[in-house]
Amino acid sequence: MKSRLAFALTASLMLTSAALADDKVVKIGSLDDQSSLYADIGGPGSTLAAQMAVEDSGLTKKGWTISVIDADHQNKPDVGAGVARKWLDEDKVDVIVSLDNSAVALAVSQVGKEKNGVVLPSGAASSALTNKACNANTIHWAYDTYALANGTGKSMVKAGGDTWFFITADYAFGHQLQHDTTAVVEASGGKVLGSVNAPLNTPDFSSFLLQAQSSKAKIVALANAGGDTTNSIKQAHEFGLTASGQKLAGLLLFITDVHALGLDVAQGLSLTSTFYWDLNDGTREFSKRFAARMKNHAMPTMTQAGVYSSLIHYFKALEALGGNPHDGAKVVAKMKEMPTDDPLFGKGAIRADGRKIHPAYLFEVKTPADSKYPWDYYKLVATIPGDEAFRPLSESECPLVKK
Amino acid sequence: MLAALAISPQALFGQLLLGLINGAFYALLSLGLAVIFGMLNIVNFAHGALFMMGAFCAYFLLNGLGLNYWFALILAPLMMGVFGAALERLFLKRIAGLDPVYGLLLTFGLALIIQGVFQNYFGSSGLPYAIPAALSGGRNLGFMFLPNYRAWAIAFSLVVCVGCWFLIERTKLGAYLRAATENPALVRAFGINVPRMITLTYAAGVALAGLAGVLAAPINQVRPQMGENFIIVVFAVVVIGGMGSIMGSIVTGFLLGVVEGLTKVFYPEASNTVVFVIMAIVLLIKPAGLFGRAS
Repeated sequence: MKSRLAFALTASLMLTSAALADDKVVKIGSLDDQSSLYADIGGPGSTLAAQMAVEDSGLTKKGWTISVIDADHQNKPDVGAGVARKWLDEDKVDVIVSLDNSAVALAVSQVGKEKNGVVLPSGAASSALTNKACNANTIHWAYDTYALANGTGKSMVKAGGDTWFFITADYAFGHQLQHDTTAVVEASGGKVLGSVNAPLNTPDFSSFLLQAQSSKAKIVALANAGGDTTNSIKQAHEFGLTASGQKLAGLLLFITDVHALGLDVAQGLSLTSTFYWDLNDGTREFSKRFAARMKNHAMPTMTQAGVYSSLIHYFKALEALGGNPHDGAKVVAKMKEMPTDDPLFGKGAIRADGRKIHPAYLFEVKTPADSKYPWDYYKLVATIPGDEAFRPLSESECPLVKK
Repeated sequence: MLAALAISPQALFGQLLLGLINGAFYALLSLGLAVIFGMLNIVNFAHGALFMMGAFCAYFLLNGLGLNYWFALILAPLMMGVFGAALERLFLKRIAGLDPVYGLLLTFGLALIIQGVFQNYFGSSGLPYAIPAALSGGRNLGFMFLPNYRAWAIAFSLVVCVGCWFLIERTKLGAYLRAATENPALVRAFGINVPRMITLTYAAGVALAGLAGVLAAPINQVRPQMGENFIIVVFAVVVIGGMGSIMGSIVTGFLLGVVEGLTKVFYPEASNTVVFVIMAIVLLIKPAGLFGRAS
């Protein structure tokens, strides 16, 4: 009787301790706009990038069970937050990646903190994710509005564009991008003459472009992305905006946008990006494998590269911890401890505020004559080192940063 | 007064003209929808997807067969008309006479399928389609720079809209069509092939959607979602104009284009929703629509 009781007690103790130990099961959720204006920037490509990260990490051969699921947030923060909540509560998802909409990313970042998951946005732009809205469960990968403003904004003012007019997507991302770029323009000695807020997913920008033309600003800045940007640029050409001397600043331009516009229309545009498929051997090797598996054979965008890179580092942190503790803050803290190195973004680091630091690049879109092979779209103009590209910690309003 | 509203008269005229141009698109699209609803009592939710297919037809004609815009203006509506006739024969005929809700659900389902298929193959960023050389460039009107293509769009839409209205309301063929939908049994007794007329009417409505798609291709990116943005506004236009009235939807299309244009100047954040605010007001005051006949 006593030995049976002793046996039962030991067995139950062993079982509970086994349940508390780290396991080797990881579930990844890629939450994106799968069907609307941002679908080519992240979308199915981000899911593919996540799968490639799982395969390249080699962890499945070491006995880990890793699965990737995806969902469509439809550019609605409530839908995105609802999916994130279900994933983290019921579906045992450990990490949410991509999030190519700033409003959705901000909402999901809060949910991630509440449920102690890991949130790694690569698609969202708003610098608020590592500023006022920062938390210990989120690492903002790839790029942000501050880097875009610093890159394109500063260089265009230096080149003589000292008066600006903004056409802004009327939600969190557009407003943050306009805010950050205005700060850079004014600090560099320029002036913002006016702005207009266009609803997200507007098909016709003619009215807003007309307002931009009557402002007579030297630079017409497009604080929007995806389908909005391509429509604005195409219609700007139609209305003779560039012919009459004003310059277009596409503040956020992805390679899929340039492909959709064609080089005839897009040539000469300046843009800032932290990834280009043809930058070096590392990026080329990944991109060719990626394009071969993509349905439309598109090259990876900065967002999709960010999904791959963020997961590679996440897996390194899990290996260093010896297993998946299913504790988001713990994993993120480990990720911040370790310096990053991958073929896509090179060497970098993650700061206390959750900002991933790596170099940014200023590109110019090539003319059709200069483009020698498919997807040969960008010419490298300048490299901005990581510590200059992103908001310095001294200016940060993030409560995680110790002053 | 205009100075107090912080806009110069020139800028205002420019925006009004742009509003008229957008209104021309709304009028052309809602014309097809009004024809289908007015004649056949089908709420054609697939209209936006068919508009998108028209634009893609233009793209394929150019990139696959080397046929330029001018050929596309004639061929794309014909291709879409044939597709529309096939849709009517295969699907819509089976629900004729049933509750209109079935037609709504069926066409909505078709729209989702069509858009999904295109999105699967073409992604969301869109494909480039250049403005034809003869219509490129523009002229400076003093108060704004008017692209030649937009001037062409508004002129062409007007001609097509007025032509269709004339065909339906003032010709014998139109009279047969209107009679066939009001009292099919009696018209059939006169020896007129009513089922064929219905197929042709639906095909004509779809062809109009395709034509609007070709017209839109050079100025919007040719994307699978391009119909989505238009279809909801176009439905509001048809409801405001009066669901059976052809002239109603044409006039309302232009009118709402202007209203939307003015909203973009004074309060741009509301430009997506102003059409629905007006629809709500009209439905409260005159449910049959501005030009509709109360039945």
